[in-house]
Amino acid sequence: MDKKKYKMLVSKYTPKENRLTNGLIAFLVGGLMGVLGQTLVSFYAYYFSIPTKDASVFMIITLVFLGCFLTCLGFFDKMVSFARCGLIIPITGFAHSMMSAALEYRKEGLVTGLGANMFKLAGTVIIFGVVSAYLFGLLRYFVMGG
Amino acid sequence: MIYLNAFLFAGTVCLIGQMILDNTKLTPGHITSMFVVVGAFLDIFDIYDQFVLWAGGGALVPITSFGHLLIHGAMDTVNNFGVMGLFTGMFDLTSSGIVSAIIFSFLLSLVFHPKD
Repeated sequence: MDKKKYKMLVSKYTPKENRLTNGLIAFLVGGLMGVLGQTLVSFYAYYFSIPTKDASVFMIITLVFLGCFLTCLGFFDKMVSFARCGLIIPITGFAHSMMSAALEYRKEGLVTGLGANMFKLAGTVIIFGVVSAYLFGLLRYFVMGG
Repeated sequence: MIYLNAFLFAGTVCLIGQMILDNTKLTPGHITSMFVVVGAFLDIFDIYDQFVLWAGGGALVPITSFGHLLIHGAMDTVNNFGVMGLFTGMFDLTSSGIVSAIIFSFLLSLVFHPKD
């Protein structure tokens, strides 16, 4: 079989992903996550009578807990494979990556498994965030004076 | 009204991520790292603060706010203690997300077992 024929065969049997539907689902789910976040912020600010800044901290903790807990129950993997970036980009994706790494490596022991591998996926976010924030912070400090 | 803004902002960020995921060979790890860098970059000129004012919680939920909060916490201490504040204050505002993720995943992984 020559290369062209092979490529045609492969493209014939590769499942076609509808990019429009994927994008629409990601938009809707991500948007609903945003609405949920804002709802939680207003809820905490109103019921505990705390400023919005503190309420947003509570909101992030709630969403992280939801992400972790649903991953444990086994729902979240299916939800992620359905909504993709709609759930990966919000903070729940960060929680999900840590929780699934923790669950996966738990059986290899507490220190060598769980401790060593928990940040395997989430570590990139922290490392690139810190490095870029440091560089941009330096830039801001020296160019714009803080 | 802020709910609509939150929906639009968070939805648009996720849509951009999904478009990058579908049209390139980048993995979700690349995209989240990229978005954190973009969030930190937008905070150089305080642009992301405008988004937070406009969309409220909708701007705090996507991972871009992680970069924004990193540089924001650092700049707050820089204003008080000089350039060393970049080292001491970096995690001031993001520690809630990181610590809660560590605590919850550690404790829950002791209780639950992976489902296949």
